[in-house]
Amino acid sequence: MTAGNILLEAAAQAGWYGLMVRSSGPQIRGGEAAALMRFASHPIECLDDRFDALIGIDWQNIHRFADEIPIDASSVVIGDPDQGNLPEIFVKHGPVQAGVPFKQMAKAIPGSWPNMIMLGVAAALVGLTAEAVKSVVRKSHTGKALAATLAAVEAGFAAARTLPATPRVLGLGRGEAPRWLITGNEAAGYGALRGGVRFVAAYPITPATEMLEWLAPALSEFGGALVQAEDELASINMIVGASFGGVPALTATSGPGLALMTEALGLAVAAEVPIVVVDVMRGGPSTGIPAKSEQGDVNIAVSGLHGDAPRVVVAPNSVVDCLTATQWAVHLAEAMQVPAIVLSDQFLGQTRAVVDRPADVSSIAERETATAHADGYKRYAITESGISPMAIPGTPGVPYTAEGLVHNERGVPSSQSRDHALQLDKRERKLRLHDYGERWAEIEGEGDIAVVTFGSCTGPVREALARAEENGVKARMVSIRLLSPVQPERLAKALEGVKRVLVVEQNYSGQFHRYLRADYELPGIVRSLRRPGPLPIRPDEIYREVIEWSRA
Amino acid sequence: MSTAIASAPVTAQAFKSDTKPIWCPGCGDYSVLSSMTKAFAMLGLRPENVAVVSGIGCSSRIPAYTTCYGFHGVHGRALATATGLKIARPDLTVLVAGGDGDGYSIGGNHFLHACRRNVDLTYLVMDNHVYGMTKGQPSPTTESDWDSKLSPGGTGLRTFHPLVIALAAGANFIARAFSGDPNGTAEILADAIRTPGFSFVEILSPCVTFRPEQREWKQQVRPAPVATTDDPARAARRIITDDGFNIGVLYKSSRKPYQPSLGKATKRLTDLEADFAI
Repeated sequence: MTAGNILLEAAAQAGWYGLMVRSSGPQIRGGEAAALMRFASHPIECLDDRFDALIGIDWQNIHRFADEIPIDASSVVIGDPDQGNLPEIFVKHGPVQAGVPFKQMAKAIPGSWPNMIMLGVAAALVGLTAEAVKSVVRKSHTGKALAATLAAVEAGFAAARTLPATPRVLGLGRGEAPRWLITGNEAAGYGALRGGVRFVAAYPITPATEMLEWLAPALSEFGGALVQAEDELASINMIVGASFGGVPALTATSGPGLALMTEALGLAVAAEVPIVVVDVMRGGPSTGIPAKSEQGDVNIAVSGLHGDAPRVVVAPNSVVDCLTATQWAVHLAEAMQVPAIVLSDQFLGQTRAVVDRPADVSSIAERETATAHADGYKRYAITESGISPMAIPGTPGVPYTAEGLVHNERGVPSSQSRDHALQLDKRERKLRLHDYGERWAEIEGEGDIAVVTFGSCTGPVREALARAEENGVKARMVSIRLLSPVQPERLAKALEGVKRVLVVEQNYSGQFHRYLRADYELPGIVRSLRRPGPLPIRPDEIYREVIEWSRA
Repeated sequence: MSTAIASAPVTAQAFKSDTKPIWCPGCGDYSVLSSMTKAFAMLGLRPENVAVVSGIGCSSRIPAYTTCYGFHGVHGRALATATGLKIARPDLTVLVAGGDGDGYSIGGNHFLHACRRNVDLTYLVMDNHVYGMTKGQPSPTTESDWDSKLSPGGTGLRTFHPLVIALAAGANFIARAFSGDPNGTAEILADAIRTPGFSFVEILSPCVTFRPEQREWKQQVRPAPVATTDDPARAARRIITDDGFNIGVLYKSSRKPYQPSLGKATKRLTDLEADFAI
């Protein structure tokens, strides 16, 4: 991971784009880990179909990653001859094979490590200069460690001269435009702050923890606070409390935590308390696969509450969109006094990517509040918009009791059908009448084939459709960002003239497909392309489906 | 409203709302409500600056019976909700109220961590050793041989000792009160609110419907025969050996409350982009 991070930063400094996906086994510290990397001179949002090079310092437990690292006859696989033969699971695909004695070389440079030799080899293979790598190394190392590491990188570059050539990244990126090196979890944290969040309570959970670790110091610099709660039940109830107090509040978790939070999400719906819950999805159900990605929480996010409980669900569609989507979620939650779930995933959250700095968006928390001594104040007043001004503690003359029981306009518990119906109606109305603008989805391309997707599948879909277009096949992409409330009219418009719809998602049962079938009218023939995590859906698979269909 | 009126002291009566409680006639919780509002008046608080947070159960209905800001949340989570509120809004006086089932059973973990975290909250538990709202099931403080439909012949389980637990978990202020003595309870609550940090007040509040024998508590309670201590070892011995009817402030310390500083922003948000900029 260290070598991968340095390599990515060096590529970024060189003006390239790139990303690094983390894949690690179940060990707490050390053990096997793979940095899956891709570089380009243009922005990229997903891994490619295959890898040009696989470099292993050793091959311990390599079978755990084999499926995640597609290798073919034009790939090169490099290993340390002292660590045994190249693994058969890769050799069987017929790649070019080569050896570099990483451990021996590192031993020859006191204080250096094999992974820094590997860094030099990898950098040389993709076409970076030794100086580009060294300048990054100088930022994070000092003294003897620096000298040893620089020598190791140098040795790696020298060793690479004898290796078979691999495709190199040609050309420079956009150069002048400001770019960031960021993970989706950091981006979501920054989006939360930009949206106005000033209170966070959370319980550590993979793969969401880094978002909290980034937010903890950042919040304290902006007049906010982060509390580590005793469990997820506490964390969500804490943010409900903070938000009741008038402070925009958020928690971040993953599937198991979201499952525990569903009760209080319902409370936030009923009591009309704005909160934001970021769900960085991982493999499920139960403890599942903690450190690997899957889009398996669509059901629970969109409909996993008891009672009729409308809520907002926003799914970021790229690493950098974690920023804008989270910021938007804060805005929507505050504007409509409703819980908003941000459906991110391990791929988006933990992938570090070189991205263009996104344009500033102005959505910040705006809550309609009650004025002091407002005449005949009713917290849950039935209004045309469905939104009732919220009295913030400290405001005189308008105290009320926030209520999770069915209540009347004043918030007094009621079991009468009329009160229940009026409040259900109001809470549905406020979400329906809100103007979500163009941000509800990304709509690209044209043609009578459409691919409908969401979240981290958007990158592969976009890339597949670009390839299809290069080959003369036009298709549309609709990547839905606003999963809830549903926007059937908008999707119908986006799919006008479409004869075939391919639904792409990363889970076993087709949760997104069923969600679309339940709440939208999809035109023509509909096919579902899906697979459970942690294997990503590759651009080539989507491309082939589209091409095949275009010929049908 | 003029400033003069706004700053006039608020009477105990003015802290009571016009919402009619759902409680049974003779329920101890009526007196607790009176004690609470008396304590607010004694401290010169204003309804808009007080928040009463609760969970689910008979006693958890109490917020709406005050004219303060109230939060009637989900079962067992009131302490968490109140923790978030107080940390985000340290200017408010925050009370948490509930019953023995809400606080010691479903909310047990939050009880431990609220004691330990020591946020400046006052937690009053109206303990009647029974689930009243669901019509008479044993709670953690119910005697092991108490017969009920759900646990015929009794649970056979030893009772939970909330004061000992609170002390072990780090509560800064521990008291026992009796609803039948509204003035004494008001004094204890005022002391609890005034004392910084997490203050825990266990109030014996009879359920005359499902535990009519608790009418006898009036004869059993007595003022604790010893003065308040700040020595946890001494407090532990007293609490663990008393018969559950000693009334008064049993432990009071001066541990610093947990309150992350919510200073002013020292930077522009865009300064954070230095973390990511290439």
